[in-house]
This record gives sequence, structure tokens and C-alpha cells, in this order.
Amino acid sequence: MGWLELGPDEWNAVRLSLRVSLWATIASLPLGILVAWVLARKSFWGKSILNGIVHLPLILPPVVTGYLLLLTFGRRGPAGAFLESCCGIVFSFRWTGAALACAVMAFPLMVRAIRLSIEAVDRRLEAAAGTLGAHPAWVFATITLPLILPGIVAGMILAFAKAMGEFGATITFVSNIPGETQTLPSAIYTFTQVPGGDVGALRLTLVSIAIAMAALVASEVLARRISRRMDIE
Amino acid sequence: MTLSVDIRHRQGAFDLEAAFESGGRLTALFGTSGSGKTTLVNLVAGLLRPAEGRIAIDGRVLVDTAAGIVVPAHRRRIGYVFQDARLFPHLTVGQNLRYGRFFTPPGERYADEAGVVDLLGIGHLLDRRPGHLSGGEKQRVAIGRALIASPLLILMDEPLASLDDARKGEILPYIERLRDETRIPVVYVSHSIAEVSRLATDVVVLSGGRVRAAGPAAEVLSRPDALPTGERDETGALVDLEIASQDDAFGLTVLRSSAGEWRLPRIDRPVGTKVRARIRARDVMIMTQAPVGISALNVLAARVEHVTSGEGADALVTLRCGTDRLLARITRRSIHALDLAAGREVYTVVKSVTFDGGNPAHAAPRVTALE
Repeated sequence: MGWLELGPDEWNAVRLSLRVSLWATIASLPLGILVAWVLARKSFWGKSILNGIVHLPLILPPVVTGYLLLLTFGRRGPAGAFLESCCGIVFSFRWTGAALACAVMAFPLMVRAIRLSIEAVDRRLEAAAGTLGAHPAWVFATITLPLILPGIVAGMILAFAKAMGEFGATITFVSNIPGETQTLPSAIYTFTQVPGGDVGALRLTLVSIAIAMAALVASEVLARRISRRMDIE
Repeated sequence: MTLSVDIRHRQGAFDLEAAFESGGRLTALFGTSGSGKTTLVNLVAGLLRPAEGRIAIDGRVLVDTAAGIVVPAHRRRIGYVFQDARLFPHLTVGQNLRYGRFFTPPGERYADEAGVVDLLGIGHLLDRRPGHLSGGEKQRVAIGRALIASPLLILMDEPLASLDDARKGEILPYIERLRDETRIPVVYVSHSIAEVSRLATDVVVLSGGRVRAAGPAAEVLSRPDALPTGERDETGALVDLEIASQDDAFGLTVLRSSAGEWRLPRIDRPVGTKVRARIRARDVMIMTQAPVGISALNVLAARVEHVTSGEGADALVTLRCGTDRLLARITRRSIHALDLAAGREVYTVVKSVTFDGGNPAHAAPRVTALE
């Protein structure tokens, strides 16, 4: 079973993928909840435009999304140049860029799951909390947020899984640099491009499957625990 | 406490225009469904904003559209008990109860949590989740949750409507205790004449988005035009009685009213207990002479105050007995035959008495007066 042992480069790819996906999921969560809430609750001019922009990465070819990110967040791109000069944040050809690409690609899935759960919240409960003296912000924190927790967990798992598998946008935006931007899919792709790389590709494929299964099981357990706690009939 | 309301509100095709003032301990908003009761309490609670008008409690303005004032719901300090308890499913009963307290300014937290829990008999439920409670328990917790927030006023929107009769009987005494033992005024929405006459000190009758009558319960409920059409059969008068003595030999209870003594089947309550009876107009007979050799026990002298007759066969006679008022529904033909008119001295025979007035000793609320 020696062929199953991961080499240092392969370990790097696994660790990098986990780091990129976790950051992509966690960093985009607050914005995801905000956008989902706005789409679920507010009506305003341009709502369908916002909805379209959020969903765009789902329908565009990933390469196009990656290229747009390169144009915007690359060193010479407007947003990229600004972020570098003001806060020292660099995206291009860094793992942070991979995280950004993954976050953008996973965003519509996250927003969708959270939005559905916000729409399912019984607004009469929020009204009841209001009559008990809770300011709308408190109502959101103490009533809405706990009630949509299952949706948030589902959205995060979906986003994490999407980020783990993201390939097209990442490789277009930040390339395929071992140790910096070479995530699991990029590493597998690299293995398939070299003679004798089949075993390495298979090893990383098994790792991918294991991580995906673990994430799924974790989300199931979490969702069950939350719904048991709430006793929703 | 005085609640004054003067608002106009439009919701789709429904048009509400209501003005009334009430200072009662428990003011009932009474009317059929669609009469605007719930809209009205939602306006008072701040869940709806009126098109125009003014709402104030003891001079504290909640809404005054002319002055541009609309206090948001969470700053009104008005407790709301909804028809569907609306407990928070992710919190325990205890956490639900304490929810509002957290948002009440510390200096204004007058509610005694242990006392409320005790009053409502929910001490054994504190660690449970709302999902595991019965309908009656949920409603009691909802009342407790509103109380512990130390509100200035409590609104109850048909809190018993979704419960069966047994559960209603379980909760009514708690609402009576709330009315009698706490100093929080209550506005109680209901379409049930039995609930209203049992609980209310004051009544506002709504119909089609308009106030048809408003005032003390005994006065409003005895006005035939005040009741919704479907409840006309229930038209009656409220009479406050006090238990004067127990007649053990015959198994009777003697009650005292301003008009004289009443004898009813035994009521197992101590002498001096006050009970409120509702006497339906169709259970009252009228005689022009003192009856002789009659089996009925409850014969009272009365004076005709008013006769209301329309096109139908029935007429309604308003009678004054002492300081109480009775209503009698008799045929127009009898009015004619007996020559009944205002000022005429008559005798009334009461055939049956309904105790909506909170007499838990009686499982069946209607007592047929003995003959």
C-alpha cells in the first residue's frame, strides 16, 4: 500500500486546498447572509440585476469568471491595484487569489441555500419578538439567525464543496504554482499531463473523495443536531 | 389607564374607521370575523401603521400621523398574546419567558417572574421546548412571556380561538386572575359572547370596520343593536350578584342583587362571593300582575324602560329592576296584548341564568332557574 503515501508536494496541495476552501467559505459568509437577506426580504429597483450578478458565476464558463477576476483583481486591475496600495492585499498568483476565485464561484450556491431558509422563516415570530421590545437588529440576531442556522450550514457545506472542486476560474486567475496556488484539482490535472502520473492522480482523487464525504457527513450530523434542538414539528 | 384610539386605516378593500376610549381593566374588542378587530390591535401594537389618526395610552402618544409620530413596535412596551402563541421554537420555555425582560429598561422591570410563573401554573414547563407543549400550555406561556416583559398594556387576540372547550376552561381562570390580580390593563379580542361577558369590564363592539358601541360591559352587552346579527339570540343583560346565604334544606343558594333576591341551584362558593350572571332576553317572561301560585322562584318587580320592535314577530323590552337592567324578548303580539309601554310597572320571571361570570364551581355554565 506504499503507493497511497502522499508526497510533500501532494500534501501541500491538500493543505492548500483546505485552507483556500475554508477561507473562501468563511470570508464570504457575512456577505452571503446579507445578500440572501436582501434578496429574500427587500424589494427595490434593480433587485433582479443584483440577483443576476450573484448567479452569474453559476452560468458563465469558469474560465470567463477567472479572466474577469484577473482583469479586475490582477496587479494592474482597478480593484487589485487599489487593494494593494491601500491594504497591501495582493490576489494575483497568491493563494488568496485562489480563495477569492473559489468564493466567487461558490457564492451563488451559498446565497441560494441561505435565501431559501430565510424565506421559510415565520415572520410572525419576528413580529412577536418586536412586541417584546427587541430592536429589528436584535430580532435578526436572536430569532432569524438561529432559525436559519440549518440553511447557513447547508450553504457553507455547498460552498466548501464547490470551492474544493473549483478549477477553471482558479487556474485562469492565479495559475498553477505548486505550494502557492496549486490546489487539489490543479494538482490532479498536472499529474494527468505527465507520463506516469496516473498513480499520483488516483491518490489525490481518493483524498478528494474522502474530504467531500467527510464534509457531507459533518453537515448531516450538524443539521440533525440543530433541528433536534429546535424540535420543529 | 386610558387607551384612546381614533384612526382610519385601509387594507385592500377593507376600510377601518374607529374611535373609542376605554379605561377598563379588561376591554373587549367584540365582533364577528372580518369586523376589523385584529387590524385594530395590530395598529395599537405597532405591527401596522394607520393611514391617519392617533393612538395614545394615558396621554403617551403611540401614533399621531398629523404630528408625524409613529413609535415603532419595539418601543411601545405593549405585550401581545397572539391567537397562535408564536413561541420561539429554538428557545426553552424559560428562555421564551425571559426574552422580553432583556429588552425592558432595568428601571421599568416591574414584573415578578416567579409570581407570573406561579400565576399561570407553568413552573413545571420551564426546561421544555415549545414543540412539546399542548395548545393550552403554549397559550399560558405566551401570556407569561408578554407579562414578564413588564408591559404597560396587554393585547390578546382571540387567545382561546384555537383551543377546544376543555382547554378554554383551563385558561379562562388565568385570564381572570390576570385581570383581577395584576395592574396591567388588557385589551381582549374575541368573537365569543360567552368569553366577553365573562371577562370584560368594558366592551367595544366592532362591525364592518366601524365601532357600533363602546362602554361598560353590562351596558353595551344589553343593547340589542350592539351584538352582531348572528349573536342576537344571545342578547341579554349582565347582572352582578352576591351570594347572600345557602339554603341547605332545599339545596339552593340565595343571591342578592339590587332588584331583590334570587334563588338558584346550589353554588358552592362562600357567602359574600360576587358572581356575574348573564340573563338572555329569551329567558325572561313579563307579567302585568304579580303572579299567584307560580312555581318559578325568581319573580322580580320591574319597570318597562323601553320597547324596541321592528317588522318581525319579536320585540325587545328593556326593563329596570332596581339599578340593574334586564332584557326580555317577547312577541310583538304580546306587547300589543299586554299594552306594554315605557313606564309600565310589571313583573318578570327569569327562566334561566347563565354564569359566564367566572364560577368555576359550575362545569355547565347555564343554570336553569328552579321552578
